[in-house]
Amino acid sequence: MPVRFSGFVGQRWPVAVASFATLLAGAAQAAQEAHGLSGEKMAFPPFDPAHFASNLFWLAISFGALYWLMSKIALPRLGSILEERAETIGRDLDQAAEMQAKAEDMAQAYEKSVAEARKNAQGIAQTARETGAKASEAQRHTTEAELAAKLAKAEATIAKTKDKAMSNVRDLGSDIAVAIVTKLTGQAPSATEATEAVDQVLAQG
Amino acid sequence: MAAGGGIDPIHQFHINPIVELKPFGLDLSFTNTSLWMVIVLAVVSAIMVYGSSQRAVVPGRLQSLAEMAYEFVASTMTGVMGKEGLKFFPFVFSLFMFVLASNLLGLIPGSFTVTSQIIVTAALALLVISIVLIYGVVKHGTHFFGLFVPSGVPGWLLPFMVLIEVVSFLSRPVSLSLRLFGNMLAGHIALKVFGGFVVVLLGSGAALNYAIAPLPLLLAVALTALEVLVAALQAYVFAILTCVYLNDALHPGH
Repeated sequence: MPVRFSGFVGQRWPVAVASFATLLAGAAQAAQEAHGLSGEKMAFPPFDPAHFASNLFWLAISFGALYWLMSKIALPRLGSILEERAETIGRDLDQAAEMQAKAEDMAQAYEKSVAEARKNAQGIAQTARETGAKASEAQRHTTEAELAAKLAKAEATIAKTKDKAMSNVRDLGSDIAVAIVTKLTGQAPSATEATEAVDQVLAQG
Repeated sequence: MAAGGGIDPIHQFHINPIVELKPFGLDLSFTNTSLWMVIVLAVVSAIMVYGSSQRAVVPGRLQSLAEMAYEFVASTMTGVMGKEGLKFFPFVFSLFMFVLASNLLGLIPGSFTVTSQIIVTAALALLVISIVLIYGVVKHGTHFFGLFVPSGVPGWLLPFMVLIEVVSFLSRPVSLSLRLFGNMLAGHIALKVFGGFVVVLLGSGAALNYAIAPLPLLLAVALTALEVLVAALQAYVFAILTCVYLNDALHPGH
């Protein structure tokens, strides 16, 4: 960047210097003419003591007024505004912290109640499960007992029927034995003898 | 500005009476300087007094500006002088705002720069030094003049050192007022000179001069930016040096 700039100036600098010189001369002459025309104020205006009194007088008035306005109105007011703001912010922060603590407490309480409810629910479910199991167990027992009773009854009936059938078989056997012996020997054995013989066979097999 | 086609960079510092006031043979006329002092007063008051009138917890634009100025000066003062320096707060604040507003308003084309009058800056600097002297003597008595006696200096060198310290103290109002006055004066003359070049070049009628006319214009634009910086910086320098000098009145021991 500096290189480019010097290059740009470098091409025309003699012209620029010439113009600058004529310019300065022109300006100086114009200034001289202006002063010559006005005639009076040859002194450099900031150093002209003719205006010192007026400047000091109005400076005293304006700076005095500024000091009064600042020290009596603006600065105390701004000070109180800033203080108030700091207080408000502090108070709001305290309030926020308080509310946060409250919210955290509430969250904890909520979690506690949820945990309790869960525990209760688990207990209830456990009890229900146990009750159900017990009830079904009992029913099973009753049914089993009923079935066993029915089975026993049926078995007893079967045994009774079997006994009856067996005694019929015995009677029938002795009758058949009497008939066979009668047919074979032509002699009828006594009923007692036949029965004894049949019993013997039955006892064997 | 340009009287009869010529460019006079000094013309902007001329004082012209607006209302003639001459009681008891004293010329207390209301001049353009006075007018711009009153305008400075009005602008600063508008920002600070009207700006703070809402007393809003959440500030608007003007109130933010006023609060920024308040806190800037307050933090500068506590930085240099500590908390007890804040007893001079209204004074330093008024001084800073007056100088800052004068410098900045003076940059408006066609306006008048109050701080380009050496009598104004000298009066303000003398006011600062008077407060330092009066407060120092009232608060610390003769102990205040210990300011001129540096400690740890061999006896034969002491008179010489005291002399240097006294001269340094006496040169404070001079440097304080000349620094501000010189910066404002030189800046405005430079601006006017470069602005005048543009006018003269365009008025000359030569084609070449038309071609190079934008160069001083660019410089004038760049200088204006620089002058805004200088205006704010010089107000800050004035305020912070005031704080440093007031600090001597608060704590005169070396």
